[in-house]
Amino acid sequence: MSKLVISQSPHLHTKPDVKKLMYAVIIALLPSLALSLFFYGVGALVVTAVAVVAAVVFEWLIVKFILKKEPTIWDGSAIITGLLLAFNVPSNLPIWIIIVGALVAIGVGKLSFGGLGQNPFNPALVGRVFLLISFPVQMTSWPTPLVNRGVYIDAITGATPLGVMKEGLKNGEAMSSIMQNIPSHLQMFYGQMGGSLGEISALLLILGGIYLLFKKVISWHIPGSIFITVILISGIFWLMNPEANADPLFHLLTGGIMLGAIYMATDYSTSPMSNSGKIVFGVGIGVLTMVIRLWGAYPEGVSFAILIMNAFVPIINKGFKPKLFGAKK
Amino acid sequence: MLKTFPKGGVHPPENKLSADKKIITLGIPEQVVIPLQQHLGAPNKVLVDKKAKIKVGQRIVEAGGFVSANVHSSVSGTVLKVDEMLDTSGYKKLAVVIKVEGDEWEPTIDTTPDIKHEITLSAEEIVKKASEMGIVGLGGATFPTHVKLSIPKGQTCEFLIINGVECEPYLTSDHRLMLEHGEELLIGTKIFMKALNVTKAFIGIENNKPDAIEHLTNLASKIDADIEIVPLKVQYPQGGEKQLIKAITGREVPSGGLPIHVGVVVQNVGTTYAIYEAVQKNKPLIDRIVTLTGKSVKNPGNFKVRIGTPISMLIEEAGGLPEDTGKIINGGPMMGKAIKDTEIPVTKGTSGILIMTQAESKRGKIMPCIRCTKCVNVCPQGLEPYLLMSVAEKQMWEQAEKEHNMDCIECGSCSFICPSDRPLLDYIRFGKQNVGAMIRARNTK
Repeated sequence: MSKLVISQSPHLHTKPDVKKLMYAVIIALLPSLALSLFFYGVGALVVTAVAVVAAVVFEWLIVKFILKKEPTIWDGSAIITGLLLAFNVPSNLPIWIIIVGALVAIGVGKLSFGGLGQNPFNPALVGRVFLLISFPVQMTSWPTPLVNRGVYIDAITGATPLGVMKEGLKNGEAMSSIMQNIPSHLQMFYGQMGGSLGEISALLLILGGIYLLFKKVISWHIPGSIFITVILISGIFWLMNPEANADPLFHLLTGGIMLGAIYMATDYSTSPMSNSGKIVFGVGIGVLTMVIRLWGAYPEGVSFAILIMNAFVPIINKGFKPKLFGAKK
Repeated sequence: MLKTFPKGGVHPPENKLSADKKIITLGIPEQVVIPLQQHLGAPNKVLVDKKAKIKVGQRIVEAGGFVSANVHSSVSGTVLKVDEMLDTSGYKKLAVVIKVEGDEWEPTIDTTPDIKHEITLSAEEIVKKASEMGIVGLGGATFPTHVKLSIPKGQTCEFLIINGVECEPYLTSDHRLMLEHGEELLIGTKIFMKALNVTKAFIGIENNKPDAIEHLTNLASKIDADIEIVPLKVQYPQGGEKQLIKAITGREVPSGGLPIHVGVVVQNVGTTYAIYEAVQKNKPLIDRIVTLTGKSVKNPGNFKVRIGTPISMLIEEAGGLPEDTGKIINGGPMMGKAIKDTEIPVTKGTSGILIMTQAESKRGKIMPCIRCTKCVNVCPQGLEPYLLMSVAEKQMWEQAEKEHNMDCIECGSCSFICPSDRPLLDYIRFGKQNVGAMIRARNTK
C-alpha cells in the first residue's frame, strides 16, 4: 500500500473551477455578439477580435515580463475583459484606440492592483471610461445598424436614443415629438438601434443573464436592485411629467443598463460580498445612473455609476455583513 | 414544501452506496485496542491491570469527572497491556489492549433478542444508567449523553429532537438502524423523553430515506407517545444540531449558546439505540454500527462492530483494501478525519470508514480568491469564510474573534464550494485554535 494522504476535512470539493465560471460568462455573451455581427457586420468583427486579442496579449506580456510570474491567460478573465471592452465601444472605433483601451483595462485596471480578484474597479470600464474621456468624438459616433455591414471606419453613424432624447429636451422639444425620431420600444428590446457594440439587445442580454442565474454564476441581487431602482426613479419623474421625461421601459432598454447590470456590475472582484451589500451596491448604481441621465452632462451614466460604486465596495463590505446565525437581537 | 434550514448549505453527491445493505454482525477479532478516551471531555482512569481476566461489558475505564464517560470491555479475555497506541487523532494515546478468549458476557446483561417495551426506570435512574453504561453521542462528536440529559438549573427542555438526518454523503449506518431497529429506536426516544420530562419529540429524517420515514411514521402511529417524524429537504449540514433545530422548530440557538437555551435537546439515532440497550437490556456501549464504503470498495456495507476492532478487519470483510487507495477517512467525507493506518481501532465515534481512491484524494491547485461570494452564500452560520481565512493568514486574532470565527461549526461547505480550491476551513480551524487559546487566557486572568 502506498502512503495514505492525510488532510483535513472536507474531503470533497466541487468540480466547477474558476475557468468554468469565466467561460460561462463568455457563453452568455455570445448571442449578443452574434446579433452585433448581424447588425454591424465587419466593424463588430474587427473591434471584438482586436479587443479580445489585445487584452489577452497584454495580460500575457505584462504578467510574464513585468510581474515575472507564470501567465494564467487561460482562466478566461482576460478574454472577458476584452469582450466587455468591445461591447462598450462603437463598432467603428479605430484599431489603435481599441488597443490603447485594452492596455489601460488590463494594465491599469487589472494588473496594477495584483490581477485576478484584486482589482477594485471593473477593468473593462476603466478602459472604456479612459477612452471616452480621451477620444470623445470617436467614442460617441455610433454606426446605424444593418446599413453598415460592409464598412468599418466609414460607417454611417447616428446618435443613440438616449442622445437623441438629451438633445431634444435641451432644445425644448416635447417627449412625444422626440419619440418620433427614435426606434420603437420593441425595436429597442431586440436591439435595432444605435449604441455601443454589445449593449443594444436587451432581449439577448437578458437571455444570457438567465443562463448565468441558472448556472449560479451570478445572483439576482445586483441586477435586480439596479432594475428596480431605475424603474422607480424614472417612473416617478415620468408620472410627474410624461412630456419632459421618458418612461421607465425606455430607460431600461436604452444605453448600458442591461449590459452594465447583468455583466459589469456583477463582476466578482469589484462587487460586495454579502447579499445585503449587493443590494445597496445595486441601488447606488441605479440612483447614480438616473442622476447622470436626468441632470448630468452625459446622456448615459451606467459606466460612471458602476465605477463610482466600485469605490464604495470596501466600505459596503464592512457595513453590510451577512446575518450571523443566532445573532443576539 | 419540505422543511430545511434557511441559510446556506450545499448538496454534495449523496453516494449512499450501502443504503440497501443489511447490517451484518462482524466477527470478534483476535485482539482489541480500546482507547481510554473515546469522548469529548475530561480524561479518565484505567481500572484493570496487565494480565487481568475480563468479561464482555466489564467496566475497564472509569470516567474522570462529570463531563467524561466510562469505557467497557467489548470482548472477554486477558489484558495484554495498557499502552500508548495510535488512534484516530493520529497521535498515540493510552489504550487497553485485550487478547480475546471466548465470548463470555457479564451476567447482568440481557443478551436475548426480545424487545422490551416497558420503561421501568425513573428519570434520574435513566440519567445514571446512561453515565454508568458509558453512553456518548454516536453522531461523531461523542459528547457524554448523561451530561446532555442533565438540564441545568433555570433551563427547561420543551422538545426532544432525534437526529436521523445523516447528511454526510456515503454514510448509511443511521439509515439502516432506523429500518432494522425502528421499534427499539422509538422505545429509546421514549426513554429520552422520560429522562428530559418532555411530552413532544421529533425525529428529523432527510427525504433521501423515504423508506425510513415511512417505516418510522407507521411505527410511531401505533404507540402512546407524541413522536412526530419530520421529513426534511436534503441539504448539508442539516445534521448539525443548530441547523436541525432551526429546520424543525424555527428556533435559533444563540451565538455561543447551547440547544437547551432554546428549550431543545438533540440526540442522534445511534445514541437513541444505545440508550435503549443500556436502559432496557443493561448493556454498556461496547459495539456500534459502522458503514464501510467508498467507490472502489468491492462490497460496501453496514456492520455491527465491537469497539476496539481494528479497521483492517472491517476492510477485509468488505472485500479488502483497493489497490489505488489514497485516503482512508474515519467518518464521512465532509467532516471525517483522514487516518494514517488501518490498525486503528473502531471507537464510539466511528460512524463510518470511507475509502477514497488516489484520484479522489487529490486536492486542486490553490488559486487566488476571485471574490465570487460562494463561500459566504453557503455558510450556514452566516459567516464570511474568505475573510476568516484572510485574517487567519495574517494572524489577526482579535479581528478573527470580532468576525465570529468561533461560531464556525466546521461543516466544510466553504472549502467544498470554493472554485479556487482554497483551504478555507483549514485556515479557519487554525484561527479557532488561536482565538480559543486567547479567550481561555483572558478568562483565567
